[in-house]
Amino acid sequence: MSGAIRLRDVTLSHERHPAVHHLSGEFAPGSLTAVVGPNGAGKTTLLRAIAGLHPLDEGRIEWPEGRIALLPQMSALDRSFPIACLDVALLGHWSRTGAFRAIGASERARAETALEAVGLGGFSRRPVGSLSAGQFQRLLFARLLVQDAPIILLDEPFNAVDARTAADLLRLVREWHGQGRTVIAVLHDLDLVRREFPETLLLARDPIAWGGTEEALGAANRMRARMMAEGWDAAAVPCERAA
Amino acid sequence: MSLTADVLAHGILPGIAAGFLVAGLSVTAMSLGGLVAGLVVALGAGALSRATGGREDSTLAALYLVALALGVVMISMGAGSVELTNLLFGSVLGVDDPALLMMAGVATLTLLALALAWRPLVLECFDPSFAAAERAGGGLWHMLFMGLVVLNVLAAFQALGTLMAVGLMMLPAVASRHWARGVGGMAYAASSIAILSSVAGILASYHLDVPTGPAVVLAAGLAWLVSVLAGPVEGVLARVLRRRHLAG
Repeated sequence: MSGAIRLRDVTLSHERHPAVHHLSGEFAPGSLTAVVGPNGAGKTTLLRAIAGLHPLDEGRIEWPEGRIALLPQMSALDRSFPIACLDVALLGHWSRTGAFRAIGASERARAETALEAVGLGGFSRRPVGSLSAGQFQRLLFARLLVQDAPIILLDEPFNAVDARTAADLLRLVREWHGQGRTVIAVLHDLDLVRREFPETLLLARDPIAWGGTEEALGAANRMRARMMAEGWDAAAVPCERAA
Repeated sequence: MSLTADVLAHGILPGIAAGFLVAGLSVTAMSLGGLVAGLVVALGAGALSRATGGREDSTLAALYLVALALGVVMISMGAGSVELTNLLFGSVLGVDDPALLMMAGVATLTLLALALAWRPLVLECFDPSFAAAERAGGGLWHMLFMGLVVLNVLAAFQALGTLMAVGLMMLPAVASRHWARGVGGMAYAASSIAILSSVAGILASYHLDVPTGPAVVLAAGLAWLVSVLAGPVEGVLARVLRRRHLAG
């Protein structure tokens, strides 16, 4: 469906402190990869950079043709905003409708179908403020369905949702994988990752391991990740490693 | 958002004062000065808080206090307390033809611009990171909106005064939350409340001989109180007269 996303010696930082340090590798087309690591390991920053939302300090990212859909962490949205569920799903059409083009019956029908597919049939007119965290996450997945992008980035998609919602949403992720889309998900549940994700990138600012999940999540790698994630060194000197 | 409007409203005061010092009570000079000052504050506040990494609202609060004090000092240097009161609190009798035309023009322009920018503005407020990921130009629409706020505060200060203009912007918007659940319905509710309280406030101001700005804002405040008490969405009355819960 699309080419690989290639990272070449990518460094991303917040106020010069690296969040992702000299990362190279590629997400193969159609791959299903989990990005795992301790808090503050740069996982979200990496997703945002792949989506083109975080400037690169060094290195570069090569994108294949095709749109990228990003599921942000739920906390990044204003969940009390007075907007109806159907309108949120309709936002998924943005790349085609933009700010001005009309939204017709077929777009509306696709958004309704997406709402039904995530188990929110009949919720069209409900304001998002009345949804639970799990229902809200289902709604964001409906928007992803409408977006229909070949590359899908998920930031902690199963946080704060119950087991049944997680299972339903996971089924959608499996479907996307089956359709040959490239899916990258930031996750914390290692059992889930071992069960469902063939590939894993273990990140602790510096890349620890990237490859088959079983190997990447081996005990030695996980120990190393824990050691690396010591946090913010206020007296850090400029990195000397050649770019 | 309410703080932003506050800042813009007070931010234009030094500009208006500068226009007043240069050219006296001339609508054109004061409006031009206010426009420049308002745009500087609108663009500067965002850039400043991004550059310093500070929280936007604390930066805005600092700007607004400084701008208000600066404006009052500047006006006091060139004029007596009557002019100062008029600029701060408005006087509807001081509205002449150019000012009236400006208000009508700004209102028309704002209505058209909002109709055009509605979808991206709603998106930018609801989910800015989606807007950025979709390259929806959220920042640009935000700037356009800020520009509109500046223009509206500027048009309103003749009648309502710079201190009171924000009241007519904010109170109907806050009240509208009790009348509709969607952002579209809220816009209708807010406009209706604003129109009603303007008419009521101006009449009261004329008959009771009180300054226009505070009269209009008080009328809007009354509308807000009624909305909080009797509005159908999360109103106090609706909560007291609780209807029996549904079966499912």
